[in-house]
Formats: sequence, C-alpha cells, structure tokens
Amino acid sequence: MATYNLKVNGKDQQVDVSPSTPLLWVLRDHLQLVGTKFGCGIAQCGACTIHIEGIAVRSCQLPVSAVGEQKITTIEGLSENGDHPVQKAWIEHDVPQCGYCQAGQIMSATSLLSQNPNPSDIEIDQAMNGNICRCGTYTRIKKAIKTAANSK
Amino acid sequence: MATVKTTLGRRSFFKSSVLAGGGMMLSFSWFAGCEIPNRKEAAIIEMPEEWFELNSYIKIGDNGVVTLFNPNPEFGQNVKTSMPMILADELDVDWKNVIVEQANFYPKRYDRQFTGGSQSIRQGWNILRTAGATAKRMLVTAAAQHWQVPVNEVTAKAGILYHTATNKEITYGEIASLAAIQPIPEEVELKEIKDFKIIGTSKKNVAGTAIVTGKPMFGIDYQAEGMLIAMIIHPPAFGMKLKKFDATKAKSMPGIKDVFKIDTLKSDYARNYFDTTTFTELITVVGNSTWEVMQAKKEVVVDWEQAPEHTFQMDARGDKIAVHVPAGLESTIVHQTKMNQFNKNPGRILRIDGDPEKAFKNAAKILERTYSAPFLAHNTMEPVNCFANVSAEKAELYGPIQAPEFIIGTLSERLKLPKEKIQINLARMGGGFGLRAYGHHMIEAAVISQEMKAPIKMVYTREDDMSYGIYRPSYTATYKAAMDENNNLIAFHVKAGGIPESPLFPNRFPAGAIDNYLAEAWEIPSNITIGAFRAPRSNFIAGAEQSFLDELAEELGKDPIEFRLDLLERAKNNPVGENNDYDPERYAGVIKLVKDKSDWDNNSDKSRGFSAYFCHNTYVAQVLDLEIKNDKPMVDNVYAAVDCGIVINKDAAKNMGEGAIVDGIGNSLYGEQVFKDGAPQKLNFDRYQLIRMSEAPKSIEVHFVENEHNPTGMGEPLFPPIFAAMANALYRATGQRHYQQPFIPKKKIIG
Ligand code: FES
Ligand code: FES
Repeated sequence: MATYNLKVNGKDQQVDVSPSTPLLWVLRDHLQLVGTKFGCGIAQCGACTIHIEGIAVRSCQLPVSAVGEQKITTIEGLSENGDHPVQKAWIEHDVPQCGYCQAGQIMSATSLLSQNPNPSDIEIDQAMNGNICRCGTYTRIKKAIKTAANSK
Repeated sequence: MATVKTTLGRRSFFKSSVLAGGGMMLSFSWFAGCEIPNRKEAAIIEMPEEWFELNSYIKIGDNGVVTLFNPNPEFGQNVKTSMPMILADELDVDWKNVIVEQANFYPKRYDRQFTGGSQSIRQGWNILRTAGATAKRMLVTAAAQHWQVPVNEVTAKAGILYHTATNKEITYGEIASLAAIQPIPEEVELKEIKDFKIIGTSKKNVAGTAIVTGKPMFGIDYQAEGMLIAMIIHPPAFGMKLKKFDATKAKSMPGIKDVFKIDTLKSDYARNYFDTTTFTELITVVGNSTWEVMQAKKEVVVDWEQAPEHTFQMDARGDKIAVHVPAGLESTIVHQTKMNQFNKNPGRILRIDGDPEKAFKNAAKILERTYSAPFLAHNTMEPVNCFANVSAEKAELYGPIQAPEFIIGTLSERLKLPKEKIQINLARMGGGFGLRAYGHHMIEAAVISQEMKAPIKMVYTREDDMSYGIYRPSYTATYKAAMDENNNLIAFHVKAGGIPESPLFPNRFPAGAIDNYLAEAWEIPSNITIGAFRAPRSNFIAGAEQSFLDELAEELGKDPIEFRLDLLERAKNNPVGENNDYDPERYAGVIKLVKDKSDWDNNSDKSRGFSAYFCHNTYVAQVLDLEIKNDKPMVDNVYAAVDCGIVINKDAAKNMGEGAIVDGIGNSLYGEQVFKDGAPQKLNFDRYQLIRMSEAPKSIEVHFVENEHNPTGMGEPLFPPIFAAMANALYRATGQRHYQQPFIPKKKIIG
C-alpha cells in the first residue's frame, strides 16, 4: 500500500492503494467516479478511456503509481454542466443506446478534437477504433464528432 | 374514432384517487390493459387475479407534471422515451411534462415484467393509449363540471383545457384534483392515427444527459455502505467441474476477506427456462476492492475434473421434465463433423406440402447448398454483475435483469426467504441482446452475500463473462431446390439443425409459395449452455435462407428482388397450405420500398446484396453496398425498409435499426466462439473480434412503411437478414459465395 495524491477533475484526491492498482479501479472503487467503465481490462475496448493531461488513455492499463502529478480528467469532469460541444453533439444526434460505452467514446472524441479540430473520416476512424460499441452506434458517433468539430 | 373499454368483463382495471398534495392519480393494471384487444370474453374470465392488480399509474400533479410509473426495464431499446410519448399523445400533454419512473420489481405485482422479443412497445401500446385517453376524459369532464358547460364543448391541447365560447381555460394541474373524483368512464375514445401529434415524431432519449455526463445508472456502478467486492472462478471448460482448491495464498493477500465454494442451485431443484446456469459449483473470492480481488483470484490453485453426465429437473410450465446434460469435452472441429453427419440423415419432418420426394426425383436440375454458423457470445459491454444484500429477514438485489419474475422463485427457494422479502431493483442494462433474461448472476450474488452476511457486489471479469456460456447456438442448414427442364422452380427442401437446437421455422417464407415443400429439423445435445440471442434462431436461418434464394435466383436467371416478389405474389394469390407465418403483401411492401430507396434498377454495377426477412412481427428488406479495399470488405451504404406498424419515436427506431445492422455485419464477418476440449478459446476482445468504427458502414438509411398497424418490434428484426445482404454483396464483389460464418477467414483476423 502507498499513498497517492491525484489531481482528478481539478481536485486533489488522496488514495491509499497498492502501486499496481490501475487508475480505472482507483476511480471507480476508491473515488466513486463510476462514469469511467470497465469493459475488458486489457486496453481493447476503450470503455475506461480518460484524459491524462488532455490525452485519451485507457485507465485499465495505467497503474496509479505511473500517474504522478499529471492532471486526470474523467467524464464527470469533462464539463461543468454537461455542455461540452461533444456532449451536446452526442445529445443532438441521440447517439447512445444502452449507453455503457459512451463515456469512453466521448473521452476519445474530445481528445481527438483537442488535437485535431477538423479530423477527416479516416482520422476519426483511427482515433475511435479502440472504442467498441456493442450496440453499434458508430455511424452516429461519427456524425456527432463532425458536428462538434464544426461547432467550435 | 376507435372506442376502447376500460374494463375486462365486468372488472375495471383503472382506479382513480386524489393525490395527497393535490392532483390526480390514475392507477391501472398493465397486464390486463395489454391484453384487452387480444382476449375474448371467455378468456377474460380465466385471467389470473394478479393481472388486475394495479401495478402502474399515472400521476398528474397540481403543477401539470405527469409521472408514468412503468414496469419495463431499459437496456437501450428506449422504452423510457417511447412509452411517455404514447401516453402524452393520447393525454394531449406536452411530452416533456411526462416523466417515467422505473418500477422496481416486487413479486406478484409484475408477474410478466419482461423486456424481450421486441415486445414491450407492442404490449404497452394499448394500455398506454387507454390510460392517456381515460385520464383526458376525466379532466375534460371535470372542467365541464367546473365551468357548468356541456362536456362536448371542452377541448384539450398541450395540457390545457378550453371552453372557447366563454373564453375560459384551465390547466390539467389546476383541475386534476377535481378530475380524480370523476367516475371512471367505461369506454373512451382513442385518437385517429392521423391526429397523433407526438407519436411518429423524433424525441431524444430521456436518459441522454445522464449518459453523456457519466451518471451512475448501471448495476456495476452500484455502491453501498460497507459493500464488499466478490468475483467468481468457474471451470475453464464445459464438461468440467471443481475437484478441490487451495486458497491459502489468496486468503493472505491484502484486502481479501474470504475465499470459499458456493453451490448456486441444489441438484434436486426444478429449474425454469431462465435458470440457465452453466456451473452450479463456483469458487468465490471476496475482498475490499476489485483490483485486490482480481489479484487474489489468480492465486487460487484449483484442480478441475471431468463432470459425469447428469440430469436436472426442469419445470416446463407445470410439467416436470428431466434435462440430460452429456459428459465430455467438446471441440469445434468435432462439432462441425457431427453437424455435417446429422445433416445427411433424415430429420424430424416439420412440414410437408405436395410431393417433394417425387419432384426432386423428376427434377432436371437440383441446387443444393449448406450453410453454417458458430456459437456466439453476447459480449454486452457491461460484464455480468449484481449487487446483493441478504440478511436473515430479507434480500435486496440490484442488477441488470430483463425478466425478474423468472428468477424470483429460484431466489426464494435458494435463500429460504419468502418472495415478499426479496426485492429486485432494476438497473439500466449495459446491453442485453438476450443475455439478461438469465438470472444466474442474481443467485450467485445473493448466495455470496448470504454467506458473507454483508452487502456485496459481484462482478465478472470479461474472461469470466465470455467463457460462461449461454451462447447463441451453432447451426447448420442445407437447402435444396429442384427445377424442371424449363428451369422452373418445382420443389424446395430445407433441413436445419444445431447444437443443441434447430433454427428452423417451418412455416415461414418461402413455405406457402412453392407447391412441393419439405422442412426437417435435427438437434445434437451438448453441455455447452445456450440462450436467447438477438432474434433467436432467425439470426441464423434468415442468413442461410436469403443467401440460398440469392443463388437460386441466379440459377433461375432472375433478378433477386423480382424472384422474391414472384414467390410472394404466388403466396398471396394462391398460397400453398394454410399455416403460413407471414403476410405476403406486407412482405412485398418492404421489398418494393427498399428497391425504390436503393435505386436497385440503376445500380447493377455496384457490389450489392439484397436480403429480406420477417420475424418478431416486423418485415424488413435490406440492400448492402460494399467495396473490397486492402482485401477487406468495406460497407458503403446499407438501405433498410421496415414495416413495424406505427413508428412511435422515429429517430430512436432508426438508431436501433442501425445498431442491429452494424451488429449483424460484425457478427457475419468476425463473430465466433470456438472450443477446444470444452474450453472456450476466445476470452477477451483481443481474440474475440467485434466490429469497430473503421469497419462500420459509412451510411445507413432506415425507411419505414407508413401504415396503421399496431407497432411491433424494432430491436431484433433488422439483425437476421443483414447476414445474407452481406454474403450476397460479397459474392458480387469477389465472385465467391460465402457459406460459413464468420465470412472473414480466421487467419486474417487481427487482434
Ligand atoms: S476496460 Fe480498458 S480498454 Fe477495456
Ligand atoms: S451504446 Fe451500448 S455499447 Fe455503445
């Protein structure tokens, strides 16, 4: 066990866990931030996607000991009122079905748009290919990403 | 205008009362209400008592907000949005003022609380309309009384009542308390279809904001004071069971509370259809946090042994039957050989028209093709999980479950608690596709909690989930068509079976359209467990049948669409046999619509595949266009035409249709679970390939046939036919027919 001081969604948080604990479980079990989802645990599905310093990262494969001072953003901290342009575009296109994968999708999409404000179809595919949606909402996700890109 | 009764026989299934703080509460029986149009007087008398229990209600608060208390669980089919739309339309209230409260499950009250088979809207349609119309009628009557004017001079619009002659108006909220004490009208008038204002429009998912902001809503998100985390270890292979285990090391690890064996179902317990439990003996690891439990789980040393053949009791709706589970460690390769053998033997004849034997004997030409498909795992994105808090007096559960009524009896028996002491709270489901109809996880969580005397949340890893079973079965079907010397189709033969069930629907198209017809089934028992999977059985047989019809059309020198339309014309004008499970006109309707929308006649240069199917009361036709790029099929466009009666929420229905199409394309190309010595070989998404964004179609168009039929399912019917649209398009692109799913050879699968 060791103590870690994490910067999560703009707040300082202290947790006492073993160093190998993936950030996913620190968020879900210890900080009650359950918006970040568990899907596979092996960086294959993207359900656990969060931002480290604004970059999309699979939190199921990131040991808490590797995070250090870096800023963590989860779906709960993406915007104050759920009004990030990507979140708004998601609502506009009524993307979710079951909704389980969508936090991860949104975190991947926001990271993509922050680095590439006007991605092509192929760039969207590349950035989003790590996020599985079992309900098959891909065509809507793509449309929503384009809407969000144009709204900026 | 249609008039409906609010009574069944002499019994009313509505009751009205004044809300404590002012307002109106109209309680009703969901099930009795759903049954009205389907029941004859005699059948009504036999309806079970509990159907008259008032298990649903609408409340109209004095602020005008309407609350619908709805017994259907949500797993992405959007009933929480479509149901209030139906109610709001009949009630004439702004649908934004209707909110849905999820009813939790209490035994007796929702004996048929079940979202499955795309039926929830179909069932809810009548009762929600009747409830809306009844409440509106009472509000109108109350306003008329209040103003001392004739009832027929009062009109309602968007939550306000008007008396135009005297220029008076009053809101629903203001008059609700007076409305509550009006007698329940025995009959009410429903709106004409053309007068719908909300039904048929597009309304956004009411849970949208909560989803995009990451609010807790799934079973796996549940937290409770003092809650422990539990995981299970199940045998690594079907046909294996626990011999012994050593948990010394695991128990000593940080955060671990206990490691022990659980028995979920006693061997003499008579199970029901939804008690599908692959392994009744499990090891559980319980600890403080998920990660600690995951680590300890790896350190439990387990010896497995082969399970002997055995039987268990099944309560098949009152009849006790013994279900035999064979011993042995099964492998996919052996499965395939066995299925091919069985497919050569005569099967059980399920339908015979004319003299197929003679027709085949006299045929000038015979086309024979065999199709097969592997087992599929549901792979819902949310892994199996359940929260349970069981004490000596009561049990509380929270988790993803489609049909709580099917598991409550088993829970009661196993926990030795009366049903009334068990409460199942329904979580939003992170995907269903049939999996959540099975409640083994609820039993497991409850037993662990009971042993631990503590609240626990049980979570499966993806590997536990993917290797647990309850798969879509593996199937094989052989189709044969006979042609005479003029190349006319004279006989049709389908023989289909699977492990462990046959996918055959003997009375579906093209039965009824061909004079000489034979349908045979067979099945091979197995110890691999299976369960409902998005459009059970149809999800294979549609693809096989529609691929064969495509090849047959080519053999006959006909356009694939014209060929189907000719058969349907025959089935309409001069049907063979009486028991044909489809309406040829509606079937042809979707085919013509997709032909038109895809501009079929002017796109023969494209690699496009056509397919059509009817299941779950909905007709679907699809056209899929693809190109081969870097050896991979890339789907450009999919056009779908759907006849699911009246569409409630258009954009949401399209979303479901798109999802089913994407799911089907993915499974046709990549989906399979394979076995070696009983052990599932694909345990996570590195090997079990699911469709990803770059492989999804560039565009999907879903078009609806406009008609006035009652609404039918959307969650399932677009899934089965797409397998053939894909196969037929692949043929046009590559010149090769695809008979074996998945269509992309294994060697090309990338991790
Ligand atoms: S849970 Fe991290 S990628 Fe699947
Ligand atoms: S919305 Fe269900 S998995 Fe994506």
